[in-house]
Amino acid sequence: MTTQRIVVDRNRCTGIGICESIFPERFEVDDDGTLIVHDTVVTAENRAGVEDAVQACPAAALSLASRDEE
Amino acid sequence: MTLVVVGSSLAGLRAVEAARREGFAGEIVLIGAERHLAYDRPALSKAYLVTGEPVRHFQTVQVLRDDLQVDVRLGVTATGLDPAAKIVRTSTGVVPYDTLVIATGAAPRVPPDIPALDGVLALRTMEDAAALRELLHPGTRVLVLGAGFIGSEVASSSRQLGAVPTVIDSAPVPLVRAVGTDIGRALASLHMRNGTPLRLATAVEEFIGRDRVEGVRLTTGEILPADLVVVGVGAAPATGWLTECGIELDPRDHGIVCDAYLRTSLPDVFAAGDVAHWPNADLGATMRLENWTNASAQGAHAGTNAVTPDAMTPYRTVPYFWSDWYGQRIQFVGTGAGDDVEFVSGGPDEERFIAAVWQGDRLVGAAALNEPRKVMKLRRLIALRGTRQDVRELLDPVPQAVGFAGREESLPSVSGTTSERRQS
Repeated sequence: MTTQRIVVDRNRCTGIGICESIFPERFEVDDDGTLIVHDTVVTAENRAGVEDAVQACPAAALSLASRDEE
Repeated sequence: MTLVVVGSSLAGLRAVEAARREGFAGEIVLIGAERHLAYDRPALSKAYLVTGEPVRHFQTVQVLRDDLQVDVRLGVTATGLDPAAKIVRTSTGVVPYDTLVIATGAAPRVPPDIPALDGVLALRTMEDAAALRELLHPGTRVLVLGAGFIGSEVASSSRQLGAVPTVIDSAPVPLVRAVGTDIGRALASLHMRNGTPLRLATAVEEFIGRDRVEGVRLTTGEILPADLVVVGVGAAPATGWLTECGIELDPRDHGIVCDAYLRTSLPDVFAAGDVAHWPNADLGATMRLENWTNASAQGAHAGTNAVTPDAMTPYRTVPYFWSDWYGQRIQFVGTGAGDDVEFVSGGPDEERFIAAVWQGDRLVGAAALNEPRKVMKLRRLIALRGTRQDVRELLDPVPQAVGFAGREESLPSVSGTTSERRQS
């Protein structure tokens, strides 16, 4: 089946943290400003929150990628 | 039903996107004075100035037109509002609305005594930034008037380009309105520590130069030679086009007075972004914010409320902005208007610090220098009315021993309660 995953463009992300503010269970900025995504899989339950976070990124560093997985 | 949004920068863009996301099926007209749709304005004083790389747009006109069915009219200036006829007057004619969102932002304040000399510039738009970048070269002597965030970023970017900036501010401590005195002083010290001279509690007495600026004389008598003067003394709400229509404006700065739902004093007229004053329940204060985070969230909220008049929700947020000076990340959440500031980690002269702003026992604001992991947790704590004890536990997560008995819960669970989520 096709799953969607959260993708971080590390060249764009500077750790501003708005994604963490929107969805702290998923996104967390580390001590050096690196963004940690605790689980990249998008599910029906978390889709709305993930999409809010992706859309709100001021650096356009977040996107969703579809991938066929078994 | 027609939704008209005046202002095509971030708040206006988010307003139209949110209206469609809510399922609004009526007509949407987006009017913008700039020729460009919303772009990455924070980059103008930072990365763009240093690298010259094209500034990113947050959305394309094509997506708005084709996917969201928005009638996008750029390069069109709103000139007036007739609330009885429900029309916006513009440079290209009249636009009728059923519901209206005003998101015209702010424009740089340029004091009237600043002469029209070549080499004296303000920075707000892409064109301003391009003009400034043209003039910034290694060795260029730059006087930055105003040690606020824009001025400080310009100074920092100038240094990265090899130019020689000096920052001047009329206040004895800069940034007091934004972050308070103690934090303002700590941030200002970054200039000195990175080799940028700072002249405080003084102002320009006289500009020197016939056609082109050659320098300034300060009120202290000091003469500073300059190739370039950048005016960064703040911005004022762009509401000049609204003075005749009867909308309630703030008597001091002429921002638009809104209620908690972002409604203005006129029926079916909302406002969002840099123009809007509104009572913010998260901090129990009426405020007007000039930052990216608020423009984005407040614009979306106004757009949503405008098209769902029977299901409006109040807009509340813990303010958040960031700034980069000399390669250092500054972040601020909440308000600087507390009654006590405490450096809870590091100190004002250190390379990393966290300063907490308290109102009694409650955390109402926090500034962080190079401490990105803590900031959003502090932002959440502010929304949750966290206390000194909560902040101690956040910064030092080792379980506290006796002495705090009777306080079983530490950080309350925060899922779904963050300020950026739409309130239900």
